[in-house]
Amino acid sequence: MVLNWKTGGLLLGLVFFAAVLLVKPIGVSTQFVILDGIVADAVSPDFISRTEDGYTSTNAYIAKSDGKYAKSAANPLNYSFIFVLAMAAGAFLSARLRGGIDAEERAAPAIWRANYGDTPMMRYAVAFLGGFIVLYGARLAGGCTSGHMMSGMMQTALSGYIFAAGAFAAAIPTAMLMYKRG
Amino acid sequence: MTSILLAIVIGAAFGAVLDRIGATNPNWIGGMLTLRRLHLMKTILLAIGTGSILMFGGQMLGLVDVGHMSVKAAYIGVFIGGLLLGAGWAASGYCPGTGVCAAASGRKDALFFIAGGLFGAAAYMATYPAWKASGLLDDLAGGKVTLGSVPGASYDGLMALSGDLLGIAIGAVFVLVAFVLPDSLVGGGRRTAEIPAE
Repeated sequence: MVLNWKTGGLLLGLVFFAAVLLVKPIGVSTQFVILDGIVADAVSPDFISRTEDGYTSTNAYIAKSDGKYAKSAANPLNYSFIFVLAMAAGAFLSARLRGGIDAEERAAPAIWRANYGDTPMMRYAVAFLGGFIVLYGARLAGGCTSGHMMSGMMQTALSGYIFAAGAFAAAIPTAMLMYKRG
Repeated sequence: MTSILLAIVIGAAFGAVLDRIGATNPNWIGGMLTLRRLHLMKTILLAIGTGSILMFGGQMLGLVDVGHMSVKAAYIGVFIGGLLLGAGWAASGYCPGTGVCAAASGRKDALFFIAGGLFGAAAYMATYPAWKASGLLDDLAGGKVTLGSVPGASYDGLMALSGDLLGIAIGAVFVLVAFVLPDSLVGGGRRTAEIPAE
C-alpha cells in the first residue's frame, strides 16, 4: 500500500525540488492564518483594510511585514492558498485511486484503537487539542514540518535545524508515552 | 495565472505523494515517532537529501534561480514552537499539511485536527504582541542565515564555506543516513526477529 521508501523519498524530493525550481519552497501552516483572516474579515469587514500602498489589519500579526498576510487574506486566489487547496485535492484523488480508507480507520486510526480501544470521541478531542498546539507552535516558530523541517533543512537554513531539534525532542517522548502499543 | 496553474500542479503532486508515502496516516507517524517503524523517517531523509542535492547542484550549474530560495529567520521561538508542534504532532499524528491531506482522504479525526489548528493559529494571532515584546522572536545568529555562504543568495552564511558544496555534501549525508538507518530502533520492529536467541 505504502510506497517503498526509496521510491517515495525520491518522489517527495522531486516535488520539493520542482517547487523551488519553478516557484518557491513549499510551506503550509501560514494558510491556517490566512483562512482565519478570511473568516475574521467576513465576520467583521474592517478586520482587513486597504492602505495607500497595500493592506493592513486591526490584528498586529496579520498586519506585520507590511501587511503581507492581510494582502493574501484579502486576495485568496494567490499561489500559496491555492497550493494548499490543490494539495487536499491531490490527496483525495490519490486515496480514492488506491481504494480509500475503511470505515473503522476513518473514525480513529489503528494505533489509537490499539492503545485506547474504541473511543472515537476521545480521539477527536485529542486530535482537536493536538491541532491547536501544532498550529500555535508552527506560527510561533514561523513554519511547520514542510516549511521549516523539509524546505528549511533542504536549503541548509539554520532555522530548519533548530526547528527539527525542538520538534523531535518533544515528539519522540510524547509518542512513546502515549502509544506504547501498535 | 501561470502561478495559479503551478500551485495546482505542484500542490496536487505534493498531496498525492504525502498520501502514498504514509505521511497522512497516524499509524505510520506513530511508528516513526516511537522509533518502532522508521520506514517513513527513511523516506523523509531521502527526500530532503534529494531535494538538497538537486537544488544546490542546479544552482551551481545555473539551472536553478538562486532567488527562489526562501530562508526563514532563526530565533529562540523557533525552538519553543518546534517543541509545541512536536508534542501536538505526536499526540494527533498530524502536522499542518498532512492533517489537511488526511481529512481530504476521508479521516474524520483529521477534521477535528484542522478545526483545532484554526483555533490555535487564531490564538497565536491574539497573543503575538506578547511574544514580540518578550524578545523571543529576535534574530539569533544573524536570523535568516544558511550554514554555508550561497553565491548569489540574499542570505548570509554562518560559515564562509561554499554554501553550494556544503549543501550537496549535507544532502549526501541525509541520503546516506536514510540508507544506513535500520527499520526499527526499539523492540517490536522487524530487526529484533533477526537477532538469534542466546
